[in-house]
Amino acid sequence: MTDRVETDKLTITPPAPDAAPEQEPAEAKVSTFRLVATLAVAGILAGILIALVNQHTHPIIETYRAEQLRKAVYEVLPGIARYDTYYLIDGALRPALPQGAKESDYKRAYFGYDEGEELKGVALSRGESGFQDIVLVIFGFDPAAGTLSGMKVLESKETPGLGDKIFKDQAFVDQFFAGPRLPLLGVKAGAGKGEPNEIDTITGATISSKVVISIINHAVEEWTPVLEQGVPEEAKP
Amino acid sequence: MVRKTTPPQDLIRGIWKENPVLVQMLGLCPALAVTNTVKNALAMSAATFFVICCSSVLVSSCKSFIPKEVRISSYILVIATFVTLADMMLQAYAPVQHKELGAFIALIVVNCMILGRQEAFSARNTVFRSLLDAVGTGIGFTIALIMMGGFREILGTGSFLDIPLFGPGFEPWVVMVLPAGGFLTLGFILLAMGYAEQRRKAGESA
Repeated sequence: MTDRVETDKLTITPPAPDAAPEQEPAEAKVSTFRLVATLAVAGILAGILIALVNQHTHPIIETYRAEQLRKAVYEVLPGIARYDTYYLIDGALRPALPQGAKESDYKRAYFGYDEGEELKGVALSRGESGFQDIVLVIFGFDPAAGTLSGMKVLESKETPGLGDKIFKDQAFVDQFFAGPRLPLLGVKAGAGKGEPNEIDTITGATISSKVVISIINHAVEEWTPVLEQGVPEEAKP
Repeated sequence: MVRKTTPPQDLIRGIWKENPVLVQMLGLCPALAVTNTVKNALAMSAATFFVICCSSVLVSSCKSFIPKEVRISSYILVIATFVTLADMMLQAYAPVQHKELGAFIALIVVNCMILGRQEAFSARNTVFRSLLDAVGTGIGFTIALIMMGGFREILGTGSFLDIPLFGPGFEPWVVMVLPAGGFLTLGFILLAMGYAEQRRKAGESA
């Protein structure tokens, strides 16, 4: 890169013989203090600027995230009228966090109710390593019937054109909304036996499709004991 | 300092004749990585444009305060600050694009096209000329990225700016949106430009 800079012929021209000498050699040695001070001042100014902009953009980013999550819960639990968020604290479900606790430190379950206040299903989110990076999935299921009601990929960096079919290939996504039984079983497209828990994996994106299936199975496995205890009466909002 | 270029030349040379990506071969990392669709190419160009313009203005206006021993660190600090701002603003106002571009927004810091302009131009020229130079370079970068993004999106997904161009019978050429497609595209564009340049030179000497 240095070469590139030095060969920029358009800007570096030899000074004309009678031109005033450049003032560069005037300060042959700059004190160390001055060097440190320059960088420190620049650093402080940069920090202040970033903090100011962050103060402005942070609420917008958080609102957007919350909105995306809210939409996703309604999407994976079709037909619900409202939902409650419960936090997993010391192995039990609680409707609120202890004071001062950060929301992102706790696992959450979203209980969806229909208009008659009947529990329609529970939505959970979980992330696992995919082909490239963590794949974050939210899905809804009916714990009583043991069937899935929907799935949405919240975050993924899977290969464009191949792995990203886990959310771009409508035929694959639709399978999760068709009420398959849990635990899910990934099969090669066309190789299934017609069992109610089969999901056809995507050709060319086997790893990515299997990650989605494993996320759902693992999350259900992990949460079933908690959900079987039910929501403590006193904890209901 | 003896001026060899005029302000209009400062603006124009970065656009095509000294295009940062296609002629100077700088900033190739984003040019290869995020040009799988035109939209991504546009978002990346916009962020880079913002960073290079702000950095050039700030560096050229502060050039007399910066001791030359720490000039590179200062330039990097200035660039990194504006990249962080661009990152936060994209996340707030264009969250979908921000998600698509991922880590490459933060990597604008190490785009040597930007650092190169600070060292070679902004550090020795007036604020106005530095801004012109930055705008020209930014436009040149945008043109190169859109060329690559358009080529790859049309062949790789059969659409332009998400608008489908061909009928349902079109079989997407998936490799074009994968990393290999970036190298292929850049190679073919450079080949075409080299060929045109050769023809031009042959025409001149004949």
